[in-house]
Amino acid sequence: MEKLRKAQLLQGNQACAIAALEAGVRFFGGYPITPSTEIAEHMAAELPKLGGKFIQMEDEIGGMGAVLGAALTGTKAMTATSGPGFSLKQENIGFAAMTEIPCVIVNVQRMGPSTGGPTAPAQGDVMQARWGTHGDHPIIAVSPASVLEAYELTVKAINFSEKLRTPVIILLDETIGHMREKVELPAIETLELYERKRPSTPAEKYLPYETDETGIPEMADFGTGYRWHVTGLNHDETGFPTGKTDVIEKQLMRLLTKVEKYQEEITLYKTYKIEDAEYLFITFGGTVRPAMEAVEILRKEGMKIGLFQLQTIWPFPEEIVQEYCKDKKTIFVPEMNMGQIRGEIKKVVDNKEKLVGINKINGEIITPQEIVSKVKEVANKC
Amino acid sequence: MAKIVINQKWCKACGICYGLCPKGVLDKDDTGKVVVKNPDACIMCRICEEHCPDYCIKIGG
Amino acid sequence: MLKDIEKLLRQDKMPHIWCPGCGNGIVMKAMLEAINSTGIDTKKTVVVSGIGCSSRATGYMNFDTLHTTHGRALAFATGVKLAKPELNVFVVTGDGDGSAIGGNHLIHAARRNIDINVVMFNNNIYGMTGGQYSPLTPHGKFATTAPYGNFDRAFNICDLVKGAGATFIGRGTVFHTKVLTEMIKGAIENKGFSFVEAVSICPISYGRRNKMGTAPQMMEWLKENSVPVKAASKLPPEKVAGKILVGELYKEEAPEFTQKYDELIARFQKGAE
Repeated sequence: MEKLRKAQLLQGNQACAIAALEAGVRFFGGYPITPSTEIAEHMAAELPKLGGKFIQMEDEIGGMGAVLGAALTGTKAMTATSGPGFSLKQENIGFAAMTEIPCVIVNVQRMGPSTGGPTAPAQGDVMQARWGTHGDHPIIAVSPASVLEAYELTVKAINFSEKLRTPVIILLDETIGHMREKVELPAIETLELYERKRPSTPAEKYLPYETDETGIPEMADFGTGYRWHVTGLNHDETGFPTGKTDVIEKQLMRLLTKVEKYQEEITLYKTYKIEDAEYLFITFGGTVRPAMEAVEILRKEGMKIGLFQLQTIWPFPEEIVQEYCKDKKTIFVPEMNMGQIRGEIKKVVDNKEKLVGINKINGEIITPQEIVSKVKEVANKC
Repeated sequence: MAKIVINQKWCKACGICYGLCPKGVLDKDDTGKVVVKNPDACIMCRICEEHCPDYCIKIGG
Repeated sequence: MLKDIEKLLRQDKMPHIWCPGCGNGIVMKAMLEAINSTGIDTKKTVVVSGIGCSSRATGYMNFDTLHTTHGRALAFATGVKLAKPELNVFVVTGDGDGSAIGGNHLIHAARRNIDINVVMFNNNIYGMTGGQYSPLTPHGKFATTAPYGNFDRAFNICDLVKGAGATFIGRGTVFHTKVLTEMIKGAIENKGFSFVEAVSICPISYGRRNKMGTAPQMMEWLKENSVPVKAASKLPPEKVAGKILVGELYKEEAPEFTQKYDELIARFQKGAE
């Protein structure tokens, strides 16, 4: 049986912060923003007790910069923010992708655009998580649907970032971030943790962006004599800028394919009452709970409906989603945005007519009743 | 006599060295790059070495 | 001397990209001289830069080097220093990178008194983009975006960082190389936030547009228009007005940020015993 800790009452943001510390994060650079601030507060209180460092920077951009500086010294580093701050961090997230610096960015989504609704839930940053920074780049994003998942997926996110040397985004939302519930966390000794690979070659032979079949270069900690150069400019294996088009293309293609290569390992999802399902919900994050309740209500009324929960949002698990959509009469996609995930499913589903969005952007969560009535409305037409 | 080592490969012909040399030791060639014209006059003040932006001049070897 | 600092230069990357007569090579040399003469551990030295002409210096200096995003060098450097306080951390920035887009990080790093040595290469212009005015372009001077003369008033950047809390401030020029090297040495020796303004020359994108002549003539201008700060106090005000004051401008003792943080950690560790 899985080893669990004693039950405790935890908030999603708190669970995320606890997970980060237990997964070895020892640096947090951030800036206060609702609804993510509890993560920074927890880090400020706990990091010094563990010999780690917390800094409240002068702005969101600085928070992201400090995280990347710390990560280069060999420290696992994280920041947390919400929409407006996530917008500001994008340039440095691109820097992390380009220079392959492991880091984790928690975005506790709130209503947008702009200042929007600081305490109102939304899931409108799905596309920003993917394409917020300029240029083609790899990204990983996960989205927890409960307090326990906030813990579990934070551990995973940190592992992914260390293993693949890439920024990983945790798309929490105000619903999960601020929700308190009873959780039994897994025992610390059961956690599988991963650390970036350090150089296996001596300093004089070190090529910072040379890779073997893993596609992931070894990373020297600053201050250990490797004297390497990190730049956001196009660079070659040595890490220094290059203008050679063939070298640039090779490096950028490696950047993109290194994440694709590990997609199977990165792809996390859950299914619920799917075995006999003729209809399907596909959803994620804070909308999973009401959709599950809708499954219960609809099944009581005789509708064979199940649920597919995306835990990994990016890279989008196209093949698996395609597989689960096959043979379904209708696929309902409830989300607190106007169809950002639905658009991704549309790319892979065999018949686009089968796809129905259930969307809400007024700052309230989608209720099970709203989901049920939309499903009935559509099903009755069929 | 001071040993003056010039790395012409890095020289960009800015003229700072021969412009600042107090003794007329350095001069330019027809591309504007530095050449040693009068090594005997060098007093090893190193003004040229310190002010060369391109790391081209070493005085005293 | 050049032969002493060659080991600190990535010679295979030379010649550098800077224009003929650009002062950046001279400032970088002063940095290497200062680092060499203080004998700090070069394996434990990190140089961080932003974006712009000056920020390309990190590519040529043989340490762990970090060429970051525009204006953000100090934010990254803060992360490096706080995560690993035993490292010697330098920031190379320009007048645009450091005082405009990076101005917020500059004042706050100074306020914290974090032990980072900032060398601001001040050539009074955005050089990399071809000569636009910066917050340190003097009033009335010309730039591609100030074709009728600059309306803005310039910062006195050393006064600004003093007001923000820096504990060592010095100024040198690419003509006054010995002073410049001494100031960077002073920055290294100060355990706190140190700021050195290195007044540089940009003959191509600033000098030409402002009819300042060739690189040697701009050097001559620096010589004529600078006054050692110690001498300035004994001169009548009219002799000092409008001049560049060179030398140590400010020094004070104050608690250093990463040291205070380490004391906090030690307090917890003691409590655990």
